[in-house]
Amino acid sequence: MTVANFFDSLDYGPAPESDSNVRAWLAGHDGAFGHFINGRFVAAKQAGTLATIEPATGDKLADTALGTVEDLDDAVKAAAKAQTAWAAMGGKARARHLYALARMVQRHGRLFAVLEALDNGKPIRETRDLDVPLVARHFYHHAGWAELQDSELSGFKPIGVIGQIIPWNFPLLMLAWKVAPALALGNTVVLKPAESTPLTALLFAELAARSGLPAGVLNVVTGDGSTGAALVNHEGVGKIAFTGSTDVGRIIRADTAGSGKSLTLELGGKSPFIVFDDADIESAIEGVVDAIWFNQGQVCCAGSRLLVQESIHDRFIARLKERMDTLRVGHPLDKAIDLGAIIDPTQLERISSLVQKGVEEGAEAYAPAIEIPGNGSFFPPTLLTNVEPASTVAVEEIFGPVMVAMSFRTPDDAVALANNTRYGLAASVWSENISLALDIAPQLKAGVVWVNATNLFDAGVGFGGYRESGFGREGGLEGAYEYLKLKSWESRKPYKSLPAVPAVEATDSFEPMDVDRTAKLYVGGKQVRPDGNYSINIVSPKGKIIGEMGEGNRKDIRNAVEAAHKASSWASASTHLRAQILYYLGENLSARSHEFAARLTAMTGAKKSDAEKEVSASIDRLFTYAAWADKFDGAVHSPPLRGVALAMNEPIGVAGVICPDEAPLLGFVSLVAPLVAMGNRVVAVPSERYGLIAADFYQVLDTSDVPSGVVNIVTGHAMELATTLADHDGVDVVWAFAGADISKMVEARSVGNMKRTFVDNGLATDWLDPAVGEGRHFLRNAVQVKNIWIPYGE
Amino acid sequence: MSDIISMGETGTHAPGLHGNAIVRNAGHALELDWINEIHVNRSAVERRCATLGGRRSVKKDAQAGWLLKAITCIDLTTLSGDDTAARVRRLCAKARHPVRQDLLEALGVADRQITTGAVCVYHRFVAEAVAALDGTFIPVAAVSTGFPAGLSPHDTKLREIEASVADGASEIDIVVTREHVLTGNWQALYDEMRDFRQACGDAHVKAILATGDLRTLRNVGRASMVCMMAGADFIKTSTGKESANATLPVSLVMLRMIRHFHERTGNIVGFKPAGGISTAKDVLAYQVLMKEELGRRWLEPDLLRFGASSLLSDIERQLEHHVTGRYSAFNRHPMA
Repeated sequence: MTVANFFDSLDYGPAPESDSNVRAWLAGHDGAFGHFINGRFVAAKQAGTLATIEPATGDKLADTALGTVEDLDDAVKAAAKAQTAWAAMGGKARARHLYALARMVQRHGRLFAVLEALDNGKPIRETRDLDVPLVARHFYHHAGWAELQDSELSGFKPIGVIGQIIPWNFPLLMLAWKVAPALALGNTVVLKPAESTPLTALLFAELAARSGLPAGVLNVVTGDGSTGAALVNHEGVGKIAFTGSTDVGRIIRADTAGSGKSLTLELGGKSPFIVFDDADIESAIEGVVDAIWFNQGQVCCAGSRLLVQESIHDRFIARLKERMDTLRVGHPLDKAIDLGAIIDPTQLERISSLVQKGVEEGAEAYAPAIEIPGNGSFFPPTLLTNVEPASTVAVEEIFGPVMVAMSFRTPDDAVALANNTRYGLAASVWSENISLALDIAPQLKAGVVWVNATNLFDAGVGFGGYRESGFGREGGLEGAYEYLKLKSWESRKPYKSLPAVPAVEATDSFEPMDVDRTAKLYVGGKQVRPDGNYSINIVSPKGKIIGEMGEGNRKDIRNAVEAAHKASSWASASTHLRAQILYYLGENLSARSHEFAARLTAMTGAKKSDAEKEVSASIDRLFTYAAWADKFDGAVHSPPLRGVALAMNEPIGVAGVICPDEAPLLGFVSLVAPLVAMGNRVVAVPSERYGLIAADFYQVLDTSDVPSGVVNIVTGHAMELATTLADHDGVDVVWAFAGADISKMVEARSVGNMKRTFVDNGLATDWLDPAVGEGRHFLRNAVQVKNIWIPYGE
Repeated sequence: MSDIISMGETGTHAPGLHGNAIVRNAGHALELDWINEIHVNRSAVERRCATLGGRRSVKKDAQAGWLLKAITCIDLTTLSGDDTAARVRRLCAKARHPVRQDLLEALGVADRQITTGAVCVYHRFVAEAVAALDGTFIPVAAVSTGFPAGLSPHDTKLREIEASVADGASEIDIVVTREHVLTGNWQALYDEMRDFRQACGDAHVKAILATGDLRTLRNVGRASMVCMMAGADFIKTSTGKESANATLPVSLVMLRMIRHFHERTGNIVGFKPAGGISTAKDVLAYQVLMKEELGRRWLEPDLLRFGASSLLSDIERQLEHHVTGRYSAFNRHPMA
């Protein structure tokens, strides 16, 4: 093509970014890399390499090492050794290091951008304009948290050595999201990059060392899934942070159950992209491009389910198809493309077969007749219409450039369709009616909601999912907490075993208090007999039966969870109302404090004064959470755009609570009250041994205007009931403070719906000490943060 | 598909003013529904504009070709209080030969008869410009209707148009009464524009919206739609005298309105960004925006004009750089 040809045709010519500096860097390492451990590249302990391939051409870029347990041992040892000094140098000194990393990324921005584009196949535009600037921003932001740690996070200490496993779709950005907060707050890291995209992590580690990061603070061990599994199970690691598929997330959750390891999982999604008829339709069309054709749709938070209001559906789809015709697919280093290559032939095949399956199930596929490079892994931008919610393609995460379109009739319909998924990572809402948009956003089950925008990220705004999209947040203060542990909880000791339940002397030892009372379960605001209609004896320390407690079974749990779901309006009840009801509970408990103290003494043999102290502390605790109910607010973030991001603390949903035997009343109240204060509905399993106290407590509930179904109580065998709760896919979170066995079981069995867990790991909580047994830590575990991005401007 | 006008064979024979000519916008009855349903989200529009540069890069030979095409779309303009006949003659000479012949030869486009799209002046100099451009196909455009504020009596405005047409102007750049937009008086805007179009006769009319005065993108969208319904051949962003000139977001909104209007009525309207477009880089961004939003056909001078005065000098320097590999200087190119 000559100048004259271009004058006539006005075609786009080739606009390639040079890769010579990257090739020189690879050549400088002879195209082969070991692990980066303790500040330098080291050869792997065992032979065996993994080739990393250029997706756009299929050519090999480099060989990397296949990490094994031996390599991880070295890396974890180096990290553990470095951690002491790294933590001891203090936040302000660490801030300098984080700042240096941010500057380092900026100085080498183009090298990172080109390397990432080659290794991953994504367009240079994205790596240069999005990934790299966000990486630098993440280190700057977290340099700030390091700087402020000593003053603002003084109640916490670093966890220690963090194991981090990152995916191939944003190799460098996910490194930043993981490494920046971990290092800032005094932890050291062993990072396992994705098998297919390890290079930017190795470059980062090399340049970080050159910029003065102490040896051992950041270690990179390359490898495949087996390397990741070995890291997850390594005893020297205090926390695992993982971004990747929900399937692998499940395995990690199960593998770490009971280990006491902290866990953050950022998993898959099938995020809705909702367009109302009063949207700026042209902008919404561009939004679709940014939602599903960003990074070839290989984005966990990709808006992949297009929901368009029926009145504009046909017009919207027609225009979208026109827009697709101008998309350009090409080599990642071409500066005039919209889409690059798919990560590898396996993923390409998966995308292709899912689209085929969609078509077999009745979908209509549209792909523009545009040029697609011949070799390498490329897939055209694709739109599937005539899709029903039941279709495979509407349910499964495709993780490719494939949009699935459906229509809705009303706002309610839009919310119902949007939430009709196992996932809950992100959502996008398009409407020029702010009242409508801000009404819809809180109703969406998603950790991030973009109003009239999509795929916006910032280090200061937390990111993370609801439901099977994982738990924990990255970015912002909520992300910082994920890399810290409470100092006040360090004093917790393993449970002392309680004396064995004495043998019951004889049936005539039945010694009820006053008039015989039948303790029932409390479900949906009603006292109900247990489904099996059996009772369990509650025996005094002297071997007298002092009462009979209903023996609940799995059906009772089922009924209680149903009742809790029906009470969903509690979540939107005003915080003022929730506070009033908690105060009222405290008031009514106070009125019956003698009765409760007597019951405690009778059951546990506690001294009268101790029993009175527990009742009094329980009243205090109710008041404390009543006080908190209208004060544990979210935040308004100011990300770098004209707009705001609202961080809302939302209730998680239906909570299962397994209460301890120690302090049977106070433990129960300490766990139920914060959950209820934040708008959750609770199914509580009281102390197995002293559960009668809960039967007394439901009478207090009955007289305190607690709406039906907000608090449900099922007494019985704790392990059995806890198992049903942990298994139940309609339960959103389980708090288990009843010993190591139940903790482990709850974590291991939470994987069905990836419910959140909050467990004691067999460490006893001193419920009488407010520094340990109440406060923000419990509240944080009772909410999940939703960030609603609202760019504005007329 | 966004090439909504058939181009025949793609590429080799670009249609211009003298081939594959488009039918003038016939206009349409005022449809208030079309106005009321216009929604524009500013942040989203800005985002589209901000990312487009990274999505479409035009480099090397392609860039030279595009910049040469841009020259053919320039309304080479002088609109100063100190304009004189000699100044206008100088401008016309530059319009005839916008690029040094040696550069055109080196670029292999000496046979393309490259001139600017038009020369744009005040009414006083229309006759002078027409004379100076005698023997070329370069049209003379006159700014009119009480340019730039547009607050003369309506009848005076119509007489002004007629006078310029009588002097030989074949394009009239009118300004709308901003008050009609700011008060939502769409009927008044429509009537005014329709009268202007009628007064122009065979001369093409470009409607200057003065987007800097309209303030909001929604106003820009609505005013664009009304002017097109009333028969504007082009919609144009600015006079160059408002505090804010042409911007990519404003342009994007106008282009989307052009597309909607075409979808609804089949009529084709051109676009003229004006004011503040002074570098080759700027002009490429506008060309890319046109191509992406409306398609290849809208890159020809019968549907795209750039209202500019200093832009040409920068393009000349870029072209020389393309030929020699050395950065150029202004004094190496004849001034307008």
